[in-house]
Amino acid sequence: MEKMIFGRYVPADSLIHRMDPRAKILLVFLFVCVVFLANNAMTYALIGLYTFMMLAFSKIPFRFLYEGLKPVLWLVVFTMLLQLFFTKEGALVFEYGPVKIYEEGIRQGIFISVRFFFLILMTSLLTLTTTPIEITDGLETLLNPLKKIHFPVHEMALMMSISLRFIPTLMEETDKIMKAQIARGVEFAGGPIKERIKAVIPLLIPLFVSSFKRAEDLAIAMEARGYRGGEGRTKYRQLDWKPVDTLLLFVLLAVTLLLFLLRS
Amino acid sequence: MDISLQQVEYRYQVNSPFERLAIQDVTLDIPQGVYLAIIGHTGSGKSTVLQHLNALLQPTGGIVNIGNRQIRAKKKEKNLKEIRQRVGIVFQFPEHQLFEETVEKDICFGPLNFGVPEEEAKLRARQALKQVGLSEDILEKSPFDLSGGQMRRVAIAGVLAMGPDVIVLDEPTAGLDPRGRKEIMDMFYSLHKERNLSTVLVTHSMEDAARYADQIAIMHQGKLIKRGTPEEIFSSSEGLVELGLDVPEVVKFQLKLENKLGYKLGQTFLTIDQLSDAVVEHFQRGGRT
Repeated sequence: MEKMIFGRYVPADSLIHRMDPRAKILLVFLFVCVVFLANNAMTYALIGLYTFMMLAFSKIPFRFLYEGLKPVLWLVVFTMLLQLFFTKEGALVFEYGPVKIYEEGIRQGIFISVRFFFLILMTSLLTLTTTPIEITDGLETLLNPLKKIHFPVHEMALMMSISLRFIPTLMEETDKIMKAQIARGVEFAGGPIKERIKAVIPLLIPLFVSSFKRAEDLAIAMEARGYRGGEGRTKYRQLDWKPVDTLLLFVLLAVTLLLFLLRS
Repeated sequence: MDISLQQVEYRYQVNSPFERLAIQDVTLDIPQGVYLAIIGHTGSGKSTVLQHLNALLQPTGGIVNIGNRQIRAKKKEKNLKEIRQRVGIVFQFPEHQLFEETVEKDICFGPLNFGVPEEEAKLRARQALKQVGLSEDILEKSPFDLSGGQMRRVAIAGVLAMGPDVIVLDEPTAGLDPRGRKEIMDMFYSLHKERNLSTVLVTHSMEDAARYADQIAIMHQGKLIKRGTPEEIFSSSEGLVELGLDVPEVVKFQLKLENKLGYKLGQTFLTIDQLSDAVVEHFQRGGRT
């Protein structure tokens, strides 16, 4: 549990950490779209290069990323297998009983899982290098124009920051309750599937109970400090868009352009 | 069942930017039947030590002996159930672990996991409930309908019903009112005596440590720095203050009195009765004022 890195902020002083959160959000958003342009080895290599360059800039230890993303890698492998077995195009490469693997399946399997992997890396990079408060501030400013059509921008941003803020807390709580139940003889790892599913109940119910209680406490604490929505609320932290932010966005734009040129 | 720690070290989140050394070089014996209190400042590593006592944490260095089992670093451990049945842990705010529909089911949960037959488990639930001072009418109630203090007691009953040889308590009375605190601590003490249990109490309360423990261990910045009887520990109050710890009220009073009288009683007393007897005796012998 303690190794999970989603929604976790790793403090450091790096190029990526110092970026304006608005720039980072735009960058990741653009990246998520651009990833789908890749369709051959060259373009995937280019995106891989770009991803690893950004990771290197962020000064987040690779070892840590690897440990943290290990559980997700299974999902990536699963996607790959799914493609491998269920794509029925191209030449037949391998056959064993009912299992048939086609050329296109291998291609798709590799490309889609690699794409998935890059997406996970880049989106984790955003949360790893940006505090939840910064993300919220950035998003709120970016979405501000939507207020004109009565979209609840502030409320959305608040909801998001609260959920991000409480991920580590919930993790800690999960760890604690797990330990308490292990001490009472529950086995979360090992054993038949049916037993393992049953073992989740003594974990989930206490978690739900404490989450509801925490939500109530938070609501009372906010009321007590005079919170009444985004109207007229001023900001303590001011966002600061620097030339380097523009530069980094242009780098991604250049990559995008290259992708258009290199894709088949 | 004897438990001993030999030069145990534990690091949280090894190989991550959050890696943190929690305890190091902790060597500690807990022979069967002893009442040991572990005191120390917040973050001194008390709770980490405690989680080694039933192999919830595996040390990153050193050896933990639990009964005839040996837990060491980097070795996959299997079949830890027996250890967990024999070493019961009452965590801080144990009421957070309640989840069943009825109090009875929740108390039976531990024993059933350890393979106790249902009839026997129900019997144990009744006994445990009585021990923690609750009446049997709440057996069929939902644990979530109880008051905070009652929930705490039900959770404790759930651990007692497992029938452990060693009970490990992590600040079991945090957040309770003074009367509830005393009742629960007295209950653990009489259980300790009756069943010849080993009891390990992690606490902030010097009063509790002085009143109940045979042995006190002091943790400071991840290290075990002192161990001794309550008399030994509290007779040198200067050292404790340096560690950000306090001495029990009785000892404080004795120190003040000695200062006023300009006379040392020659021994540290941990209860009001002992102290008052000593003072009376002192004056009867014609002590100066």
